[in-house]
Amino acid sequence: MSHIGKSREQDQGPENSGHGPLYADRVRIYPMAVHGRMRQIKWAVLIFCLVVYYALPWLRWDRGLGEPTQAVLLDLGHRRFYLFGLELWPQDAIFLAGLLIIAAVTLFFVTSLVGRVWCGYSCPQTVWTDLFMWVERTIEGDRNTRIKRDSQPISFDKVWRKAAKHAIWLGIAFWTGGAWIMYYVDAPTVTRDFWIGQADGPVYVFTLLFTATTYVLAGWAREQVCTYMCPWPRFQSAMMDEHSYTVTYQAWRGEPRTRGKHIPDGKVVGDCVDCSACVAACPTGIDIRDGIQLECIDCGLCMDACDHVMSKLGRKTALITWDTLSRQANKLAGKKAPVKLLRSRSIIYIVALIVAVSGMGIGLATRSTLSISIQRDRAPLFVTLPSGEIRNGYLLHVLNKTPKPSGFTLEVEHLDGARIAVAETATKPGESVTIQVKADEVATFRILVTATPLELNNGSQPVNFVLRSTSDGAQTHYSSVFMGPAGFRPPSAE
Amino acid sequence: MPTKIEKDSVTGTQTTGHEWDGIKELDTPMPKWWVYTFMACIGVAVVMFVLYPGIPYGPGYFHGLLGYSGRVTVDKEVAAVTAIRATSMNKIAAASFDQIKADPQLLTVAETAGKATFANNCQPCHGAGGAGRVGFPALAAGAWIWGGKLDDIVTTVTHGIRSGDADARASQMPRFADGILDPAQLEQVGNYVWTNFYGHADPKLNVGKGAAIFADNCVVCHGDKGQGGREFGAPRLASHVHLYGDSYEAVMSQVHNPKGGVMPNWNTRLDKATIKSVALYVHSLGGGE
Repeated sequence: MSHIGKSREQDQGPENSGHGPLYADRVRIYPMAVHGRMRQIKWAVLIFCLVVYYALPWLRWDRGLGEPTQAVLLDLGHRRFYLFGLELWPQDAIFLAGLLIIAAVTLFFVTSLVGRVWCGYSCPQTVWTDLFMWVERTIEGDRNTRIKRDSQPISFDKVWRKAAKHAIWLGIAFWTGGAWIMYYVDAPTVTRDFWIGQADGPVYVFTLLFTATTYVLAGWAREQVCTYMCPWPRFQSAMMDEHSYTVTYQAWRGEPRTRGKHIPDGKVVGDCVDCSACVAACPTGIDIRDGIQLECIDCGLCMDACDHVMSKLGRKTALITWDTLSRQANKLAGKKAPVKLLRSRSIIYIVALIVAVSGMGIGLATRSTLSISIQRDRAPLFVTLPSGEIRNGYLLHVLNKTPKPSGFTLEVEHLDGARIAVAETATKPGESVTIQVKADEVATFRILVTATPLELNNGSQPVNFVLRSTSDGAQTHYSSVFMGPAGFRPPSAE
Repeated sequence: MPTKIEKDSVTGTQTTGHEWDGIKELDTPMPKWWVYTFMACIGVAVVMFVLYPGIPYGPGYFHGLLGYSGRVTVDKEVAAVTAIRATSMNKIAAASFDQIKADPQLLTVAETAGKATFANNCQPCHGAGGAGRVGFPALAAGAWIWGGKLDDIVTTVTHGIRSGDADARASQMPRFADGILDPAQLEQVGNYVWTNFYGHADPKLNVGKGAAIFADNCVVCHGDKGQGGREFGAPRLASHVHLYGDSYEAVMSQVHNPKGGVMPNWNTRLDKATIKSVALYVHSLGGGE
């Protein structure tokens, strides 16, 4: 954004000359209620987002006996993420990264096309602030009523309305904080445990924490979060260009703005009647007529406010509308204003999005339900047996991500005459060992491999462990090394 | 130095009256918050002195109003942990090894306790993972001198080797150099062991009557095939793992001037359940029988 709008502290006037305060005082914003298409879309998105957020933890999903029944459950305690039919292990954290990449690229793509609609419509900060403002408006009245009451001395009317507003805010905030916890623990269980005092300490701590953050951020901080705290407005300009749609005041049509009924003959006037409805409606308290600004979240409420005034005056609506800088420049010059959605940046974002989504899809589809990792013993590196053979120890971890127990055979490749055994079980050393792993479990075995390798290159030789499921034949392997004394010669060669 | 306390016109603060080459020092007072914090710290310190021990006098010390003692706290915590462990450890002490192995939970406790006990008590000599070193048997290799069954290991750990315990495992290889064999015989029997059991055929070595000398003097304990004798703690000679090293010099040294290591009896330091646990761990290192 080349010209960020004048910041409010610069508008403060004479007291900021010379040694002024380092921080701008907050200018309280009393957004005016508006009605119109943007407002309706905003309500629809708000209701959809809130319903999904509050209801999702209560959605059940059958995973079989002994498994969680919650459709979406981020079970940190047991290190499993359940997303409907998908069960993710910590080893699948790459998918979380993939999800974040997809979300980020989608955001970039959408921003390059239609600006900050994320900020204006679906950002949680916006959604909850909007909800809180609705509560405020319902109890305290609209903009002018609120301004008037706030300037009056304390009274019963003022006190009960403020108290009721904060009580409802806190109630919503508590519900929000509680719903957050439900994504991490079973919702019905935690709801019951919470009220009978049986829930874990962290449940209370985090519920209160998110209650507090919701109350403070949506009730008190509001647009300051977007303007001062959020990093997104700072670099969103990198995604946008002159062809990106944003909420735009059509200055070529509106200027020169003129107030009043009596207009001198011959004076050229624009459509803007300088009624300030757009400013009054703005939830971040800016004047959209100053152009694209850091504070503008592209919510479009000023459009509704302006359209209302324009239609009342019988003028053409859409004085404030969704448009691009380039189209505005063309309109000003009286030229044709073509829509240009496909630009190099939108194409790059779409390609990146396709790559990320398909990569994620392929990854999820071919996700292994079986995994092993092997740690070689470090102390001792190897053991010489009385027979002269060399034995190496390995710690084998088998991850059975399937919901049923399974048997596996483990073999070692690339090591002539190797015999393999599980320490401390009855299995005699053989060419392979059979192990059992319970459903949905990581099992650990100590594996002993004995061999008389014909030669050890610098005391070590690469080997390959192959694990096969006896039930479905799935197999995986792990590379390690077999070590022995430097200059080892098999006993028979002496 | 001229002393003239004056009011600084820029800051409104008084100067200290000191002046160096026209530079005057401001007597800026400490920030209020700092002074109050400092006073609060002093207040807290006084309270701490009253509540907690810290003032010594003659033979003792003032215990503080709270009567706190770090040592007593630690003792209590240790007792609490011991009490928590007692359930499992009592079971381990009472159960046979077969019973322990049949109970996965008990086995896990025993193996964990055994591993920690080994690291704290056995590892300095026997090495991490029972790797062993010259003079200290490699437990992982299975070259057992006194036996590698779980019960054998328990006996060895409990009573030690040449430890002075009444039931200690004890044996002493005779000093054949003290008039039993002459130097030539010693060399011949040493060469016999080196070529026959250690597997280093060398025509230059004079084996002489080594076989006969071995049969007369060594077979009783070490066995006719050098297989060793556990009832005497006589190491297996026909092996690739040797307690005192694999060199020719090591063989000759042992023939002339036999060594016998000492292992402490751990019954004075470890309880029965812990010894069983550590035996399980040692047995699991790969050499168990």
